[in-house]
Amino acid sequence: MQHINSGDTAWMLVATALVMFMTPGLALFYGGMVRSKNVLGTIMHSFIMLGVGTIVWVLYGYSLAFGPDKFHLIGDLSWIGLRDVGMAPNANYAATIPHILFMAFQMMFAVITPALITGAFAERIKFSSFLVFMVAWMTLVYSPIAHWVWGVGGWIRNLGALDFAGGTVVHINAAFAALAAVLIIGKRKGFMKEAMHPHNLPMTILGAAMLWFGWFGFNAGSALTSGGLAAVAFVVTHIATAAAALGWILIEKIKTGKPTTLGAASGAVAGLVAITPAAGFVGPIAAIAIGFTAGIVCYLAVGLKFKFGYDDALDVVGVHGVGGIIGALLTGVFASTVINPAGANGLVHGNPALLGKQLIAVAVTIGYTFVASFIILKVIDAIMGLRVSEEDEITGLDLSQHSEIGYALGGFGGGTLEHGASGSVFQPETSSEPSYAMQTNPLNERL
Amino acid sequence: MKKIEAIIKPFKLDEVKDALSSIGINGLTVSEVQGFGRQKGHTEVYRGAEYTVDFVPKVKLEVLVDDNLVSQVVDTIMDAAQTGKIGDGKIFVFPVEDAIRIRTGERGSDAM
Amino acid sequence: MQNINTGDTAFVLISAALVLFMTPGLALFYGGMVRSKNVLGTIMHSFIIIGIINVLWMLFGYSLAFGPDKFHLIGDLSWIGLRGVGMAPNTSYAPTIPHEAFMIFQAMFAIITPALITGAFAERMKFKSFLVFIIAWFVIVYIPVAHWVWGVGGWLRNLGVLDFAGGIVVHASSGAAALAAAIFVGKRKGFGTEPMIPHNIPLTIIGTGILWFGWFGFNAGSALASGSLAANAFVNTQVAATAAIVSWTVVEWLRGGKPTTLGAATGAIAGLATITPAAGYVSPAAALLIGLAAGLVCYYAISLKFKFGYDDSLDVVGVHGVGGILGTLSVGLLASTAINSAGANGLIHGNSSLIGIQALGVFTVVVFSFIASLVIFKVVDKLFGVRVGEEDEITGLDLSQHSEIGYDLSGLGGSAGEFVTANAFSTQSSEVLSVSDETSLTPDNLP
Repeated sequence: MQHINSGDTAWMLVATALVMFMTPGLALFYGGMVRSKNVLGTIMHSFIMLGVGTIVWVLYGYSLAFGPDKFHLIGDLSWIGLRDVGMAPNANYAATIPHILFMAFQMMFAVITPALITGAFAERIKFSSFLVFMVAWMTLVYSPIAHWVWGVGGWIRNLGALDFAGGTVVHINAAFAALAAVLIIGKRKGFMKEAMHPHNLPMTILGAAMLWFGWFGFNAGSALTSGGLAAVAFVVTHIATAAAALGWILIEKIKTGKPTTLGAASGAVAGLVAITPAAGFVGPIAAIAIGFTAGIVCYLAVGLKFKFGYDDALDVVGVHGVGGIIGALLTGVFASTVINPAGANGLVHGNPALLGKQLIAVAVTIGYTFVASFIILKVIDAIMGLRVSEEDEITGLDLSQHSEIGYALGGFGGGTLEHGASGSVFQPETSSEPSYAMQTNPLNERL
Repeated sequence: MKKIEAIIKPFKLDEVKDALSSIGINGLTVSEVQGFGRQKGHTEVYRGAEYTVDFVPKVKLEVLVDDNLVSQVVDTIMDAAQTGKIGDGKIFVFPVEDAIRIRTGERGSDAM
Repeated sequence: MQNINTGDTAFVLISAALVLFMTPGLALFYGGMVRSKNVLGTIMHSFIIIGIINVLWMLFGYSLAFGPDKFHLIGDLSWIGLRGVGMAPNTSYAPTIPHEAFMIFQAMFAIITPALITGAFAERMKFKSFLVFIIAWFVIVYIPVAHWVWGVGGWLRNLGVLDFAGGIVVHASSGAAALAAAIFVGKRKGFGTEPMIPHNIPLTIIGTGILWFGWFGFNAGSALASGSLAANAFVNTQVAATAAIVSWTVVEWLRGGKPTTLGAATGAIAGLATITPAAGYVSPAAALLIGLAAGLVCYYAISLKFKFGYDDSLDVVGVHGVGGILGTLSVGLLASTAINSAGANGLIHGNSSLIGIQALGVFTVVVFSFIASLVIFKVVDKLFGVRVGEEDEITGLDLSQHSEIGYDLSGLGGSAGEFVTANAFSTQSSEVLSVSDETSLTPDNLP
């Protein structure tokens, strides 16, 4: 039982690195879609979660989520600060790899989930309030839900609902926290009046590609071994993504006349989301059905924000929420014990009960995360305010929250070095450098 | 015939554009520019090195109008672009000798 | 003994690929921080090194660094051209993977180390002189130092110096060379008076994400087997990087400024560089301390350049030099044989001698690398001159050294230029760039 398998360990080390790589990927995916005055603020939301999320997880998050069960609701604090989480495997979770590696793999999930939320309140949240929300959310929402679904003794796990790699824990969870956030924080100034173009779509495509690449670790790594199950999860991940990208641009073509690059990237992410809960339970044909459905339905879902007037800036609800629900429910339809004997059969294999369990898991996750996030945000709003001032919003988060600008492609420079970190003041001297680069550039709308 | 050149805050562009089209102005040229006046610049920090950047980004609008429309257009721009704070910008009015539409060769008011 | 383990081999092969990926990552990390007129010149510095050093490594570098020992100072030439470096494992270095796999893993370290130095002389070095310097530095400094610390028979290795993944060999040695470079090459024109603002911070963040991802191969891969030690090194890598992000941004914030994205990225790199020598010798709790210290110490270290007036353009000394030294010393403090029985105990585990050995190892290498680099620069300067002319510096390295430009984002595209012949894209076509870039909004294309 305590035997470490070098092949499994090799795969899980790589898978963990792949999932880590998704968070910078997400930073770019989101960063490209905002206006250029907010590119760094948006990137920072994801990037700083690598820091904050990891530390919270190591200090107590892992213990709360995966530690010895209390009342089927939460882990206890016996693994606090990674006490007893060492080189020997934990047979309950992954019998052939070091326990510390399982912890690290889960850590990357705990990092990216809160980062997903940030797309909803992009371009207007105060950085300090954002940090407080993230720490509170990881503690009060992510850790409990991860325990319910994945922790030994967790009540949803005991119920028999299936979530291979995080449809409920990661995607639905993040998306409905995102919905709560946009309802409280409100619309961006100018939403539905001004054009809010993505400022750098190649960057978004790069981010989507990094997400797709990393998702192989996310889904196939959730097999926790490098065998047949990982291979199946890997293959269906790819198939569903491809189908969803095609589904999205197909309906886009029908509805608006042209297939867009951003649509293809969004469709791919929707497919990745939808296949996540199903990856280790369904076969390739089911994956096509899941992916294609996700591409079409998520396309329609992202339009809802304009109908109902909530400003989910980067479509976290439409893509991750709706995609996660589709994936979780279709797992109840298509799951097969032929693919994974440790899973269950779904509706098409003669077991309608699974779909009911999936529904319960989805509904409970939505209800808990929405209400809990709503309360946390209300409290933070009352204490320190969630939103930047109107002037800061117009200026952009990059300058107002971080004193930086994303791009200096123009030749002006135009500034004066005030002082270095040592505080020594240099004599100002105007820049006489010939500006051979673009003099005014469309990417640089700093104010 | 006059050319009206307005330097305004970038985020006011849409309002100004809408206000101008509502009074029948249906062509204008826009450039992104940087400059300084009374409005202070801002501070940027990179790895502890602090910069005061004194060029502030603005948008420059150019509109060509008949003489009788000048005061209406100037008022419209002023109303739409005003925030009451330092940095709202400036409007300049220039005489224009002639205008030519390249496609047809029309001149003067016909070319507008 | 000659048994190849498939899991270990899979892991080391992937780790080698991950470490290779770091060098393009470094190119982007550095490339985003310079002014836009030097983006390609800066990227090229890293990129061309992949080509040159890999070839030299195959021809003689690997043999000199890891081949049979001569006088405890250098390997001999018996493995020249990879003679005798084949499929069978070399039991002295890695008994469960092909010798070739170990060799190629080490090749990636040899590539990235000189590339790290290039940040110090960015934006002003003549390309030809740069090439000569790098080749000379690789032969005269990198190869011997790698042999001393890692080669069987190397005198620092025999002394008991511990350097898990290159705190001394990679970071301290390149940091010391960078200091020599910054001093010898001199300041950029306008350093300390004109603003030199990073032209594309999102690009730097992409580079940071790639470096971080690759660093898992760098550190965990240095276990050379996919077992518990690799898992421990992996977790330490993540924990230290994130702790350094947190401490760097906190100190930025406390000192009255705002938490910056570039600061968070720099903190991550500082944490990664600092944990490198310690990754496989300390516990995750110790890694947390090392990371926190790295963020603080490196933050203050990079401001020294303003105080002393040397232009270490991209902070190689402050981040890699200081980080490498700090990490190497921290091994002497915090190492534990409970983590790695092949290591040693540090001061807090009751062994006061290790810290002295570590200090001796790192300072010997720093002094050696610094002096040798100065001498190499002196010679290169005599032969070719190290620095571009003032006019070329003002024009930028992209056009003056490579006849290219990094971006053409203007609405006019290249349409204002003129095609001469396929082989004669000369600097004269810089006229293309002086066309002003105006965005015309007509009623047809208003947003």
